[in-house]
Amino acid sequence: MTQLIGPDLSPEGAAAGAPSTAGSFPAGLGKRLLAALRWLAGHLTLVIAIAIVALVLLWAFFPGLFTSQNPTAVNPAEHFLPPSAEHWFGTDEFGRDLYTRVVYGSRTSLTGAAVAVAVAVVVGSALGSVAGWFGGFADSLIGRVIDVVLSIPGFLFAITIVALLGFGIFQSALAVGLTSSATFARLIRSEVLMASTSNYVEAATTSGARTFAILRRHVIPNSIAPTFSLVTVQFGIAIIWIASLSFLGLGAQPPKPEWGLLVSDGRDFIASRSWLAIWPGLTVVAVVLSINHISRHISRGRSS
Amino acid sequence: MRKYLARRVVQAVLVLWAAYTLSFLLLSALPGNAIENRIHAPDSGLTPQDGQVLLHYYGLDKPVWEQYLHALGRALHGELGLSLTSVQPVTSLIGYALPSTLRLTGLALVAGIVLAGTVAILINYAPGAWLRGLAAGIPALFASVPTFVVGILVLQYLSFRAHLIPPVDDGSFRALVAPAITLGLVIAAPLAQVFSTSIRTTRKQPFVHVLHAKGAGEGYIFRKDVFRNSSLPVLTLLGLAFGELIAGSVVTEAVYARAGVGKLVVDAVTNQDLPVVQGVVVLSAVAYVVVNLVVDLAYPFIDPRILVGRNGAANSKGTWPAGRWRGPRRRGQAQPQGLPPEDVVVP
Repeated sequence: MTQLIGPDLSPEGAAAGAPSTAGSFPAGLGKRLLAALRWLAGHLTLVIAIAIVALVLLWAFFPGLFTSQNPTAVNPAEHFLPPSAEHWFGTDEFGRDLYTRVVYGSRTSLTGAAVAVAVAVVVGSALGSVAGWFGGFADSLIGRVIDVVLSIPGFLFAITIVALLGFGIFQSALAVGLTSSATFARLIRSEVLMASTSNYVEAATTSGARTFAILRRHVIPNSIAPTFSLVTVQFGIAIIWIASLSFLGLGAQPPKPEWGLLVSDGRDFIASRSWLAIWPGLTVVAVVLSINHISRHISRGRSS
Repeated sequence: MRKYLARRVVQAVLVLWAAYTLSFLLLSALPGNAIENRIHAPDSGLTPQDGQVLLHYYGLDKPVWEQYLHALGRALHGELGLSLTSVQPVTSLIGYALPSTLRLTGLALVAGIVLAGTVAILINYAPGAWLRGLAAGIPALFASVPTFVVGILVLQYLSFRAHLIPPVDDGSFRALVAPAITLGLVIAAPLAQVFSTSIRTTRKQPFVHVLHAKGAGEGYIFRKDVFRNSSLPVLTLLGLAFGELIAGSVVTEAVYARAGVGKLVVDAVTNQDLPVVQGVVVLSAVAYVVVNLVVDLAYPFIDPRILVGRNGAANSKGTWPAGRWRGPRRRGQAQPQGLPPEDVVVP
């Protein structure tokens, strides 16, 4: 198992992380506080990662709380100001505050990634459960289609779909979602295949439940759980891909603030005004690193 | 051997046919034919004669299945259609762009393998637990940093501040190094992850203990035994990595403002020049299929046990095991089929 920075899987940390007081007599408040602090210290990187993700989610939902400026207001008098106390990330060529644009951009980027993952989960589990449950011709047809989709590099496939649908944040989110649905379909198929031979499905069948009801009530809920860590991983990938599409000019269109688009705008001034590209870029890195760290923690919890 | 080879080639051709058909369905058979719309669009920049040539070439007045058979026939002759903007054959457009991209992806492949190998060895052999722990975090870091951010940072610090590399592509080798390393990072993350896991598994095997007991040093065992035994999963992944490199070159070429297939794709998508996009998709599918075929055929040279039958007896006829091919996945560290190892982040 990988981890970002050493200390968080140290034996002490893992031992402190276990709810050792659970089930025992109610301990004193001080003792509990100490245990909580020890857990926090043992999971420092995880805490930081969760804090970053929470902050960015708050940016996306309530951007007005974090900045009082307008992300698209042009102010030529203040163009190309380097980062300062007043403009944390500096200003761009139209005098727009870059920090404000990054905050508002999180809404665009995260909505895009959420749509992409939702599309991937819905399409993937529909295809995967049909293939896994009915087997036979449906299984081989869907299996071959998935093979072919996976034989084309994912990002290239997403670009092809964007070429068909047109440019925009929702089109690129849809494209990324459809591309990654192949991975989900494979996973769900194998999970459904396993669930379909289980005792509880047999019991449901003998008690006369209809196929659709069994799928909806028993098979799909039981097959979805293992995909949680894949969902978080895909969320990070979706952020990167959508930002990359926008960076290429195929995703979100100006003047809408979006992380990849901000980096692409800053690319033109990289020689002299490096902050314009670097701050939005580092924001993407911090968010994706945090999401991947949380996702590894989830999958580690599941496997141990 | 010949029988196995034939079967694999037939499989490869089938995958290519399916990939071509899928891209044809996507681009041509959707309601409101995309190619026709593009030709008739007022901003297409085509002369009426060009429009006529294209309409005639794609046979857009005929039923879809006839267009498909026509296109398939042309694809078999190595033709991938005409560009909707320049009315040039797609194959020659790709032909112009390919050499530059091949240089980039070739060097990126080398860079990725070297990086991944170094990281994997560090994870397993570095002195000091903290150094190994630090190295273990590197693949995750690689996988979390988007290519365009790496490019921006490299341009800023190595090009404009340190003046180590030229900021634009002047055709020199020095201008190629930074883009290649940037692109190499894309494949280095999963390669390092798989290679280090594989080394760890191999080192736990009994024969390594025996070698230790006989007094062989760690470095000797790695070079002579562990390296070869743990490189099979990496080889499997390399087959996938090549396609990722072509896709990654799209972003890399955009960041470093280089010419190549990636730029061709972005321009084609911007101009809705769908046959060019389709051409590159088919090309990358060809690369995927060919590289995987080569990888499959290379397994026995790395691990001769693959030629050995299931009972451990050597295949007496000396033929390639047609009916019972034992892929590396089925041996020992069985993976759930079709799934990447748990903590590999697929780019």
